Amino acid sequence: MAGGKPAGLATLKSKEMWTGYLFILPIVAGYLIFLFGPIVYAFVMSFTNWSLFGNTAYIGLDNYIYAMRDDPVFWDTAVNTVYFSAGLVPLNIVLSLLLAMLLKRKIWGIGLFRTAIFTPVVVSLVVWGIVWKFIFSTDGGLVNLLIRTFGGTEIPWLFSETWTMPTVIVVSALKGVGMNMVIFLAALHDVPKDYYEASKIDGASRWETFKSITLPMITPAVFMVTIITVIGSLKVFGQIYVMTGGGPGTSTYVMVFYIFKQAFRSYEFGYASALAFILFTIILVLTLIQWKLRKRWVHYEQ
Amino acid sequence: MNNKKITSNLASYLVLTIVSLIVLFPFFWMVSTSLKTESEVFLFPPQWIPAAWEWINYIRVFTEMPFHLYFFNSMYIAVLVTAGTCFLSALAGYAFARLHFPFKNAIFLFLLSGMMIPTEVTAIPLFSWMSNLGFIDTHIPLILPPMLGSGGMFGVFLIRQFLITVPIELDEAAKMDGCSPWRTFRSIMLPIATPALATVSIFTFMNSWNEFFEPLIYLNTKELFTLPIGLSMLTTDAGVDWPLLLAASTIATVPILVVFFLAQNKFIEGIANTGLK
Repeated sequence: MAGGKPAGLATLKSKEMWTGYLFILPIVAGYLIFLFGPIVYAFVMSFTNWSLFGNTAYIGLDNYIYAMRDDPVFWDTAVNTVYFSAGLVPLNIVLSLLLAMLLKRKIWGIGLFRTAIFTPVVVSLVVWGIVWKFIFSTDGGLVNLLIRTFGGTEIPWLFSETWTMPTVIVVSALKGVGMNMVIFLAALHDVPKDYYEASKIDGASRWETFKSITLPMITPAVFMVTIITVIGSLKVFGQIYVMTGGGPGTSTYVMVFYIFKQAFRSYEFGYASALAFILFTIILVLTLIQWKLRKRWVHYEQ
Repeated sequence: MNNKKITSNLASYLVLTIVSLIVLFPFFWMVSTSLKTESEVFLFPPQWIPAAWEWINYIRVFTEMPFHLYFFNSMYIAVLVTAGTCFLSALAGYAFARLHFPFKNAIFLFLLSGMMIPTEVTAIPLFSWMSNLGFIDTHIPLILPPMLGSGGMFGVFLIRQFLITVPIELDEAAKMDGCSPWRTFRSIMLPIATPALATVSIFTFMNSWNEFFEPLIYLNTKELFTLPIGLSMLTTDAGVDWPLLLAASTIATVPILVVFFLAQNKFIEGIANTGLK
């Protein structure tokens, strides 16, 4: 301990206290101005008819009631968002887990594959969306050219209510799969080696080993990654904006896209705030579940 | 036994090769198309490698739009946001890890909760405040909120977690020698925190370089566009000039790919370590 007279210690301590506050000041101020303030303000304003034009008046729960009862686009949006999540999350998790299992093995060239599959993660979503939009073009896009080569009928991938969402889901999964793969890979490396040795001695098959050793050991990682992926999928925006513009019709309107339209194209800030708050509530609940599970698992591991 | 192993290795290679080809193909196709003439783009059967390479497309990128400005804007915004985030979050991360002051843990938890606030929700009030301050169609909303908002929180969290694993003797010794917290921070903690700072800078730079939502709502003037917004504007025009668009996309993608290939282990380990904690 830094000794000295008691009085000196006290000044030192209060100096340290003020330094501490000074060091965290920019970040705390930023939090209050750019995160906490806006979220509170958005909540309050979701009970008003706030818009860029005209006076703002308190209208109670009207925005929420309008969304739930009278706005057909809201329900389209909600259903589409669930559709997107329900398609993307299992596809992404299963594929990334499978790839991580394959990459865990010590065979030649593993690093190369890991880098290749991770590459789309670092690329802009806009560029990724643009290139795939080109590949899935109806007239002369590569996928349709290949279909034509094999004598099939061309499909309007991004102009059909049936095909557009699945196309966007696959394109999004390919972009994000490397991220989850790497997280799973780290989790797999944390499984103690002797567990595998023991199961080898017992003569367990590879599937049995996966089911009874690997999967239970990485369950916490799978849950974490699943929740993070669900949250991410609820916020999907860039690829929708670039690839479909919400169409055809409203068939790929998703939550953030609709919030964007209401807030920054129609300037209905009050209504958009209500929509944003519905989204935030869902994310909040998922995050709380995640924290709760994390705490439990941390204790469990200890 | 050995045969079985060979078969299963072959199966692994097959799956990995197919997935790798699928995710790398768009990059090949992007570059290939960027070197075609407009009439070659939709030829049947598809032309994998163009007959004559149309480098002119890359020149058109700079003559038909202020693309050098898009590039410059993206670059300087990403560098500023990264530098600011690293410095401010290191400062706060050090304070939370090492200094003693009342309510430290409560404040830290409060900050941590901010990481789950989606920028899509805060964007609405921020837009109207920025508009009142006259900051619409400027770069200020693209620099300050990411630096001090959720990106900053993420940095504080990472750096604090890193520094609490560093032996306390180091800064105790500095304190004995009469170092002020600022000097301890600058000459001892900052160098030690380099790995954590590398992770924070990679994430911050990547997020800023690729950010789309905020430029989309704040910018109207072409000369102020960043790369993602500039590129997206080329797709909404009726009749897309694909060689031009994909040449521009290639130029926009090369820097981040170069950085990624040079520092791929940092990228991948950074994700692996932060994803689980």
